[in-house]
Amino acid sequence: MSKELKFSGVISEEELKKCPGYPSEERFKKGPVAVIECIQEIPCNPCEAACPFGAIEIGEPITNSPVLDEKKCKGCGVCISSCPGLAIFTVDISYSKTEAVISFPFEYLPLPKIGEKAKAVNREGKIVTIGRILKIKKPPKNDHTPIISLAVPKKWAAEVRSIIIPQNEKERK
Amino acid sequence: MKTVEVAVIGAGPAGIAASIEAAKQGVEVVLIDENNKPGGQLFKQIHKFFGSKLHMAGIRGINIATKLLEECEKFKVKTLLNTVAFGLFEKNKIGLVNEDRKSILQAKKIILATGASENVLNFPGWTLPGVMGAGALQTMMNVNRVLPGKRILMIGSGNVGLIVSYQALQAGAEVLAIVEAASQIGGYGVHAAKIRRAGVPILTSHTVQEVFGNDCVEGAIITKLDKKWKPILGSEKKIKVDVVCLSVGLTPLTELAWMAKCEFIFIPALGGNIPMHNWNMESSKKDLYIAGDLTGIEEASTALEEGRLAGLAVAESLGYLKSKEASKRKAEVRERLIALRGGPFGELRRKLKEPFMQGDEIKK
Repeated sequence: MSKELKFSGVISEEELKKCPGYPSEERFKKGPVAVIECIQEIPCNPCEAACPFGAIEIGEPITNSPVLDEKKCKGCGVCISSCPGLAIFTVDISYSKTEAVISFPFEYLPLPKIGEKAKAVNREGKIVTIGRILKIKKPPKNDHTPIISLAVPKKWAAEVRSIIIPQNEKERK
Repeated sequence: MKTVEVAVIGAGPAGIAASIEAAKQGVEVVLIDENNKPGGQLFKQIHKFFGSKLHMAGIRGINIATKLLEECEKFKVKTLLNTVAFGLFEKNKIGLVNEDRKSILQAKKIILATGASENVLNFPGWTLPGVMGAGALQTMMNVNRVLPGKRILMIGSGNVGLIVSYQALQAGAEVLAIVEAASQIGGYGVHAAKIRRAGVPILTSHTVQEVFGNDCVEGAIITKLDKKWKPILGSEKKIKVDVVCLSVGLTPLTELAWMAKCEFIFIPALGGNIPMHNWNMESSKKDLYIAGDLTGIEEASTALEEGRLAGLAVAESLGYLKSKEASKRKAEVRERLIALRGGPFGELRRKLKEPFMQGDEIKK
C-alpha cells in the first residue's frame, strides 16, 4: 500500500509507474489509453466488468488492484464513470503535434462549455496550464458522472487530471 | 397486543436487507423505524458505492435505497414509520410509540439493526450554531437541499469526512481544509485524491483548537499537533469559516441490546461496546439477532451483508428455509463479508470480527 497517498492524498509519478493500472511509456505513445490511479487494495471491482474489451482485471479477492492490459485497452473511456473512486482517466498524447487529451470524471455544476478555455489542474488542484474543452460525455449510463475531454499542451499530459471546480473559479475572478 | 413472526428494529441498510431476506422466504416481517422514511443513511449517499459489482457496487447509495425499498414492497415487508422502539421486554415484547400512541408488539424473533450515532468533539465554541456533525450536513445538503454555509472546515479525514467534503463541494460550498489529528489520512486514497484535485488541503497532524463567533460560527483556529498529539504552541492559524463539520467516528446505538441484557464486549476499534454474536448474527439472548453498525462500526456494504445473514438465519430458525439450503446461502454471504473486509483497510476489522464468525457458539 502506498504511503505517499496515505499521507497527502496525491500519488507521485514514481508510484504511478509501479502501479498495475498505469500504462507504459510505449503504450502512451500509441494513442488513447486508460490510466487507473488506484493503488490501495480496496474492496472494489466495477471497472473490471465495465471494460468491453476485458482489458481490466481484478479477479479474486476483490481487493486486488486493477491490472490494465494495455494491449487490449483501446482508450475508449467507458471505465471512467464506472469507478466509484473517480480514479480512472484516459490520456491521449498522440492527439496532435503539440497537444494531449485528458479525459476525466467531473461531477460539479455548472459544466464548462465545449470549445471554452479552462484552467487545468494537477493532482493537488494547482492550476498548471490552460486547456480547451473538446468533449463532454454524459450518457444516462454514466449515472450523472460527466466525462470531460480536455486538450492541454503535451508536456502536462502526465500531470493534468481535472479542471478547476466552479466555486474556485468564481473566487479568483 | 399484536404479534408478528419477525420484528426488525431500524430501517437502515442492515434492517432492510434482513427484512427482505426473511420476507423472501415467506416470513412475516414488520420493519420499525423512528424516521418518516426508511433507508437510514442510504438516501444521503449520493456517491457511487465501492464493493463488488455483483452486489450493487458502482451504484449511488440513494439508488440502492430505492431498489431495496421496492424489494421490501414486493416481498410484503410491513413498515412502521415514525415509530420509536423504546424498550425490549420479556417474552420478546417490544414497546413502541407512534406519535403519542403506545403499543406492544410481540415477535417470535427480533433483529436489532439500530445503527450508530456520531461522535462529537468538544472545544471552545463547539455549541455555536454552524458546528455540526457530518450526518447533519449531509442531511441538510442531500435530503433537504439546504447548504448551511459557504465556507466549511471539516474535522476528520475518514471516508465520511472525505465523502461529505466532496459532497459539500458538489453543493457549491468551499471546503477550506480537512484537518486530521492522526499523521495519516484515515479514508481511501481515491476519495482523498478527488478532494485534493479540487484544491482542498488535507492537514494531517492538525486539530481544531477553538471556534469563535458572536451568534454563529465566524471562524476557527486550527493548530498543528506533535507526535504525541499535543498542540504545538505558535502553530495556531485563524481561518474564516461559517461551518465546522465533525466527522470523528461513530458509536453503536446499543440501548435496546443492553436492555435485553445481551452480553457485550468492549472493542474500541469497532466503536466501543458491542453485543457478542455468532456467525448467524445471533446475540447471546435467545431469539435476538443483531446486524449492521450495532455490531461494530463498518460500512453500508457490510451492513447489507450482515442484514442478509441475520435474515437468512431467522428464516431458517422459523422453518422457512431448509438447513442445507440455508447453510449454502449463509456461507455465500459470509464469503462476501470476508471479501469486503479484505485489503489493508479491512484488515483490522476482519481480525476483530473473525472470532464472532466461527460457528454457532458465541465465543468470548
